[in-house]
Amino acid sequence: MKEETSNNSRRKFLKSVGLSVGAAGVVSGFSLLGAAKAAAQEPGETVNLLTQDGQLVKVDKNQLRPTVSEPLTELQKRGREGIAGKSFVMVIDLSKCRNARKCMDACQNHHQLRTDQHHINVLQMQDAEHTAPYFMPKPCQHCDNPPCTKVCPVDATFKRQDGIVLIDNERCIGCRFCIAACPYSARIFQWTEPKDAEKYKNLTYNIESNVPQKKGTVSKCLFSADRLREDKLPSCVSSCPNGVYYFGDRNEDAVTNGTSGETVRFTKLIKENAGYTLMEELGTKPRVYYLPPKNRAFEFNGDLLNEENLH
Amino acid sequence: MNDLPEQKETTLSFEKIKEDILRPMQNHKGLELWIVFLITVIGVCAWAYYVQLRDGLGVTGMRDYVSWGLYIANFVFFVAVSLVGMLISSILGLLRINWITPISRIAEIIAVAFVAVAGLVIVLDMGRPDRVLNVLIHGRFQSPILWDVTVITTYLVISLLLLILPMIPDLAICKNELKKTSPVLKKLYNILSFGYINTPSQHKHLHKMIRTLMVLIVPVGLAIHTVTSWLFAATLRNGWDTTIFGPYFVAGAFVAGSAALIVAMYFFRVSYKLQDYITDVQFDKMGKLMVAVCLVYLYFNLNEFLVPGYKMKTGDDIHLKELFTGNWAIMFWSSQLFGNIIPIMLLVTKKFRKPLPIMIISLFIIAAAWIKRYVIVIPTMLHPHLPIQNVPENFVHYYPSAIEISVTVLSFALALLIITVLAKIFPIIPICETADNEGIDYKIEA
Repeated sequence: MKEETSNNSRRKFLKSVGLSVGAAGVVSGFSLLGAAKAAAQEPGETVNLLTQDGQLVKVDKNQLRPTVSEPLTELQKRGREGIAGKSFVMVIDLSKCRNARKCMDACQNHHQLRTDQHHINVLQMQDAEHTAPYFMPKPCQHCDNPPCTKVCPVDATFKRQDGIVLIDNERCIGCRFCIAACPYSARIFQWTEPKDAEKYKNLTYNIESNVPQKKGTVSKCLFSADRLREDKLPSCVSSCPNGVYYFGDRNEDAVTNGTSGETVRFTKLIKENAGYTLMEELGTKPRVYYLPPKNRAFEFNGDLLNEENLH
Repeated sequence: MNDLPEQKETTLSFEKIKEDILRPMQNHKGLELWIVFLITVIGVCAWAYYVQLRDGLGVTGMRDYVSWGLYIANFVFFVAVSLVGMLISSILGLLRINWITPISRIAEIIAVAFVAVAGLVIVLDMGRPDRVLNVLIHGRFQSPILWDVTVITTYLVISLLLLILPMIPDLAICKNELKKTSPVLKKLYNILSFGYINTPSQHKHLHKMIRTLMVLIVPVGLAIHTVTSWLFAATLRNGWDTTIFGPYFVAGAFVAGSAALIVAMYFFRVSYKLQDYITDVQFDKMGKLMVAVCLVYLYFNLNEFLVPGYKMKTGDDIHLKELFTGNWAIMFWSSQLFGNIIPIMLLVTKKFRKPLPIMIISLFIIAAAWIKRYVIVIPTMLHPHLPIQNVPENFVHYYPSAIEISVTVLSFALALLIITVLAKIFPIIPICETADNEGIDYKIEA
C-alpha cells in the first residue's frame, strides 16, 4: 500500500498530476477528462484544481492527461466483483482522535457531498454517565453480516469479495430500507439534487466512488474503493493529521497508518491495544476495528454536557 | 354468538330487496357530488406529488435519520384496514355466521380499495419511482420488500375475486333490471354475470369456488400484515427489534379494519336507506366482535410495551421513556386509550353498540389506529443506537411537510373514491344471498 502523508501530499500531487490526475483523490480522473480535451485546443491556460486537503492549486492544462476512462459497463462489472485476494480492514485508534475532522472534509470532497452529508462522521461519545467522553470517527463498518444488503430488494447494495459494501445508484430505487436496517446510521439519502449536480452531470458513473451522486438514491462510505484499486489509502485515512487510521488487508495481516505511513501487523495491533468492534452484540461482524481511548495524546475538548454542541 | 331477542323482519319480498338495493345505484345525487368532490381533492393533491417528483423527497419532512415517515405510517395503516375483508367475509364466512351477509360485500370493497392504495403508497414513498420495475428485473427474494410485493398483489387479486364471484348472481339481476344505465356498465354487468341463471349446477360450482378462495385468503391475509410488520422487525432498531410484531400487527389490523367497516356500514345504511338490511343486529354483533379483537390487541400491547418497559434495557430505555412520558406521550397514550381501552369499556354495554354511538366510537378507533402506526414508525427512527450529531436541526426532529400531508390526503381520497365508485356500480348488499337467508325463492332470467 502506497503511503501518503498530509505534509507532502500536495507536493506529490503536483508531481504526479502529469502522470495520473486521479492522484488528487478529490478530483477524479474522469472529471479531468473534459479539461484535458479542452487543453488540446487552448494550450497555455491554467486550471484550478482542488487537492484532497481542500487547497486550490493552479495547474497548466497541458500537464493534464486523462486517466483511462472505463465505460460504464466495465466500471459496474469490476465494481461489483471487487479486488480479488483482498480482505480490507480499517483500524481506528480512538486515543489519537482529537476531532480535527480532516477525514470528513476529504471524504465529502471525494464523494461530492454537502457539509451536512456524512459518509464518515466524528461523533462525541460517552458510553455511560460517569465514563470519560471521547471522539469516535464512524465510517460504514463494512459488516461481514451486513443488515443493509440483506434487505435490499434490487441488489443495489451488496458486499463484494474484498469485503467492501457498495451501493449502485444506477439501480437503487430509493426505498431506504437499508437506511432503516443499518444500526450504525452509516447511510445517507440524496433527498434533493446532489451538490454540483449540474457540474458533474456528464461524468460516467463510478460505482467505486459513487459519483456523480444521484437524487433519490442512497449513498454511503465505500472505503474509497476507487483509490484502493490504484493502491492508495482511502481519502479519510490519508487525510488524517493525527495518525488515527490504519488501513490494510487482513489476508496480508498488514495495516498502514495513513499519517505516518508505518505498516504494522493487524493482529498484533489489535491484540496489544485491546481492539474491539462496535456493537458486536448485534452480530454484524464489522470490518472496522477500534482501539480504546486510553492514554490519550491530548485532553478531550468536546462539550458533551451542552446539547447544542451535539447537533 | 347468541342471537338477539329481536326478530328479523319477515316482510321482505324479492321484488322489494331488488328495488331497495338497486335504487341508490341508479339515482343518488349526494353520491355523485361526493365523487366529484373526491376527484377534485385528488387532482389538487396530485400537484403536491408532482412537486415531490420534480424536486425530490427533500420536499418532505424526512431526512437521513427519520428516513421513513408519514408515508410508511400510512402504508401500514392501509394494509391494516384492508385486513377486514379476510376477517369478515372469510373467517366469519367459513364459520357460516349469518349476520355478516349484508356487510360482507362492504368489507370486501374496503379490502380491495385499501390494499390497492397501500401498494400505491409504497410507490409514492420511493426516491426513484421511475425504477419501480427494478423490483421485477433485479428482484431479490431475500428482501422482505419482495415478500410484501408478492403477498399484497396476491391479496388484491383474491380480494377482487372474492368481491366479484359472490356478486355474479346479483350482476345477472343488474343486467336484467338496470335498463337505463350506461352502455359501459351494461356491458360490464353482461360480462361479469357470466351467463348466470342460478341453475343448481351453477349454484353449486360458484359456491365451491367461493369457499376455496375464502380458505386461500386466510393465510394470504395473515401474510400481508405479518410481512409488513417484518419490514420493521427485520431491523436491529430499538422499538422494532421484537419477535411479536407479526401477531401484534395482525391483531391491530383487525381492530382498525373492523372500525372502518362499522363507519362504512353506518354511512351506507343512512345514505342508501338500508335500515332493513344493515340492522341494529349487525352493529351489535360488530360491537361484540370489536371488544374481542380489542382485547386481543390489548394483550399484545401489554407484551410489546410492558416487558421491555420492565427491563429498560439500554437503547430501549430512551425509546420507551419518550413514548411513556416524553415527547410522544400524548400520541402514545391517546392511541392506547381511544383505540383500545375506552372502546372496550364502552362497547361491553349494549347501548353503545347502537348504530350511532358505535359509529362515533369507531371514528375514534380509526384515528387512534392511524396515530398508533405513526408512533410505531417515527419515534424508533429518532432513537438510533449512535447519537445524531453534526447534522442540521431539521434532521433531529420530524414534522411532515405540507407536501407530505397533501400526498397523504391524496391516498386517503383515492381509497374513498375506489370504495364509492364500487358502491355506485355494484349492489352494496348481496341481493340473492339476502333472499337465500330469508328463505325467499327467486328466479334469474337469462
